[in-house]
Amino acid sequence: MIFDQPNQVQRPINTYPKWKYFVIVMVIAIAALYALPNIFGENPAVQLTGLRDTQVTSDQLNSVEEQWQQENLNLIAIEQQNNQKVVARFSDIDSQLKAQKSANDLLNPDSKNANYVVAQNLAPATPDWLSGLGGKPMKLGLDLRGGIYFLMQVDMDKAIEKQIEQISSDFKRTLLDDDEGRIRGRIETIENGVLLQVKPKDIERAYGNLYQAHQDRVLLERITRNGIDLIRATFTPTRLQEISDAAVDQNRLILSERVNSLGVAEPQIQRQGTDRIVVQLPGVQDSALAKQVLGATATLEFRLVNEEAMAGFTAGQRPPAGTTEFADENGFPILIYDEVKVTGEHLIDSYPGQHPENQQPIVNVKLDSVGGGKMLETTVKNVGNRLAMILVESQPEFEIIDGERKLVGSNQKERVISAPNINGQFSTDFYITGQFTPAETKDLALNLRSGALVAPTFFIEERTVGPTLGAENIEKGMTSVIIGFALVLVFMLIYYKLFGLVANIALTLNLVLITAIMSILGATLTLPGIAGIVLTVGMAVDANVLIFERIREELRAGTKPAQAIDKGYAQALSTIADANITTMIAAIILYAIGTGPVKGFAITLFVGILTSMFTAIFVSRGIVNLIYGGKTVNKLSI
Amino acid sequence: MQILNQNTKINFLKLRKIAMVFSALLIIASISSLVMRGLNFGLDFTGGTSVEIQYGQAADLSSIRQQLSDGNFKGAVVQNFGTSQDVKIRIPDQDFMPGDQVGVAVIDLLKSNDSSVVEKYKGYVGPVVGEELKEQGVLAMIVALICIMIYVALRFEWKFSLGSVAALAHDVIITLGFFSITQMEFDLTVLAALLAVIGYSLNDTIVVFDRIRENFLKMRKGTSEDIINISLNQTLARTLMTSITTLLVLLALFFFGGETIHAFATALIVGVFIGTYSSIYVASIVALALGVKKEDLMPPEVEKEGAEFDLP
Repeated sequence: MIFDQPNQVQRPINTYPKWKYFVIVMVIAIAALYALPNIFGENPAVQLTGLRDTQVTSDQLNSVEEQWQQENLNLIAIEQQNNQKVVARFSDIDSQLKAQKSANDLLNPDSKNANYVVAQNLAPATPDWLSGLGGKPMKLGLDLRGGIYFLMQVDMDKAIEKQIEQISSDFKRTLLDDDEGRIRGRIETIENGVLLQVKPKDIERAYGNLYQAHQDRVLLERITRNGIDLIRATFTPTRLQEISDAAVDQNRLILSERVNSLGVAEPQIQRQGTDRIVVQLPGVQDSALAKQVLGATATLEFRLVNEEAMAGFTAGQRPPAGTTEFADENGFPILIYDEVKVTGEHLIDSYPGQHPENQQPIVNVKLDSVGGGKMLETTVKNVGNRLAMILVESQPEFEIIDGERKLVGSNQKERVISAPNINGQFSTDFYITGQFTPAETKDLALNLRSGALVAPTFFIEERTVGPTLGAENIEKGMTSVIIGFALVLVFMLIYYKLFGLVANIALTLNLVLITAIMSILGATLTLPGIAGIVLTVGMAVDANVLIFERIREELRAGTKPAQAIDKGYAQALSTIADANITTMIAAIILYAIGTGPVKGFAITLFVGILTSMFTAIFVSRGIVNLIYGGKTVNKLSI
Repeated sequence: MQILNQNTKINFLKLRKIAMVFSALLIIASISSLVMRGLNFGLDFTGGTSVEIQYGQAADLSSIRQQLSDGNFKGAVVQNFGTSQDVKIRIPDQDFMPGDQVGVAVIDLLKSNDSSVVEKYKGYVGPVVGEELKEQGVLAMIVALICIMIYVALRFEWKFSLGSVAALAHDVIITLGFFSITQMEFDLTVLAALLAVIGYSLNDTIVVFDRIRENFLKMRKGTSEDIINISLNQTLARTLMTSITTLLVLLALFFFGGETIHAFATALIVGVFIGTYSSIYVASIVALALGVKKEDLMPPEVEKEGAEFDLP
């Protein structure tokens, strides 16, 4: 030490300054407060949510409540969380199930045309003052409350293919639009882009035009193949990243929309890695239905009807080149150009509504500006023509290769969902009329929306945990925590007597701290997470064991009790730090690399190590200081 | 209460030949079993479908197998899971339907023959995902070992670093060997347990090393062997205490935690036993064999200014 510290007061051995106790007490008080909601637990609840703009009115709520009272259900409370969301808590699962059924019957009289999601949920039974402070219990993972986990793969090749089609048609337009005269050429698709061949005299001009119009999207190069000058356009890495980001995000949004129809209270839909989406549906059991709803992947295409060829055409005849025969929504043959004018990618929204003049049910459609531009261009030239909207649904296709089932691509099914007349020019906003019933407009709007997917998805992993298994897991997990904890407490008490008691207090506080931190972080508790907590309990005593064994050693070596305590804590410190940091490394790697259950384990392990260091080093020392500090000690109870 | 004498003076290193033979035998047995029988990989790694169902009465496994083969399902593994009423079926992807539909089909089939069947769990893992998880698992192990090696080398010395990683590899191989020999199912939770074993065993090893370092610096007399022996004796009480408390909670998990984490608890119990043994024997013996000595752990002397210009 270079400078003397005159103000430093020599503190009596084994005493803490007051502020340290203050910090310890504060930390424990806050931890206890935020761990508290877990004791209140959760109530089975029914959640009513209005779909789209539908509100849950007080009249409806009253009639639902009346119905529940008639059925003698054990209702605890009804909370209106906002205009569209109401949560009703019940004291038992039986009441919850009955309540869900009767509420659904009342709110959704027409089951095909549901305006409300009536879902089972778990609502925290946290008292208001506590939840006002932000207190909430730990969320339970699917393995503890039952539900479905899906991992979905987004087909990126398809998304890129779509973009290549798009760039080809944009190129054509750019080349045809040139003021100095149209440039004609041939476009060939290659990996991640296109090759363009034009007449040698046009190549400079073509390159210049394309560069000006599309340089932000593609990397343009002049290359020579077999002595022929070509223009190669490939997607830049940034653009490829954008394409995959957009594809995944759009899928995620569409999936969120579709999940509504399953009646899930708290669905979780998250991106995982570059091209996957995790869907978690707590409380849902019917995985077949869930897959049907989620897996109905579809893309939407706006294509013109070939009106000329339609005249005199009969089913089964060979359609002209560039045209394909379809069946329209009523089953009649219809000829549609292969060229896609606008893709569902540009669709921002579609929703049912009423015609401003005649109040007929219609479907409103909103496109983005690029889509709007293309739509304007299409409609200007084709008023009176029909515009077909085709939904392309895809299902994964498997093949058996070397005795193993391999995913080879997706199987596409094209369906005409509507082919209305173009009644005038329009761009980003338009509506579709027809002899629709309100229900049909809803379906059509949903179909259009679901067709906005730019890339198909399929299921690559699925886990369904039944409610019995969930309840069993909770019960067994908790039992093992309690028994393991009790065994350690008893053992420590016998082995280290008074110091054992101190370690036990520290250990208990450790559990409180883990619970509080997990609750504050909003972490999800899973069965492996419980195992992590159990393991932490076993390992958390390690720090105290290290300290206590050191103290015993010092005592054996003849050190005076007070000094023995001080030395024991001081010497064990670096060992504790080293030993715990290495375990933390393992926990961090587990978290970074692991998925699902492994992550849950890693989080509790990590939090457990942190809290156990705090409790073993500060809290246990604090208590020992209170007992032995500042006085002459002849014998330690260790 | 104390389990051990106040001052144990066990000559651990005298037994080191026996310990080396013992470890070598265990490792040879583990590796040969791993090579010949391999691991019984669970659904997480193989891909395919896994179904857990509960019957209203004791389940007749052979009848279930018959029902499945009558339904054209091939390669199903049917076993009891926890109780006689609980059944777990593992089944690879089938030719005649997409993999993600097998689970529903199997449950429907069994339900149609016995209405008491309750679905408890259903899992499907695609072939790609299974492969990825395997790769990730191996990667996690390697990354963990490397990170730990670097940390120990920085905090201690490379001979200790090699010693601790040798001990960890020893523990991992023998725990894997245990799973190979018993053919217990190796799933994602077992992998997590294995990484926890690494953390735990390392924890033990570090405590021993810490003491060895301290004694090297403190004790002026005595050979490396003596000092390591003294250090092992000094940390023995702590090593055993921590192993006991950890085993207590693991036994609670094993007996009361339910079937889902049975394999997890087993892996940790085996790992804690092996890890305790290896931190006493393997780690320090390797460090000793590499010739760890007092000078290695002395704080490096500050070089004299201009020393590099001195000519011989």
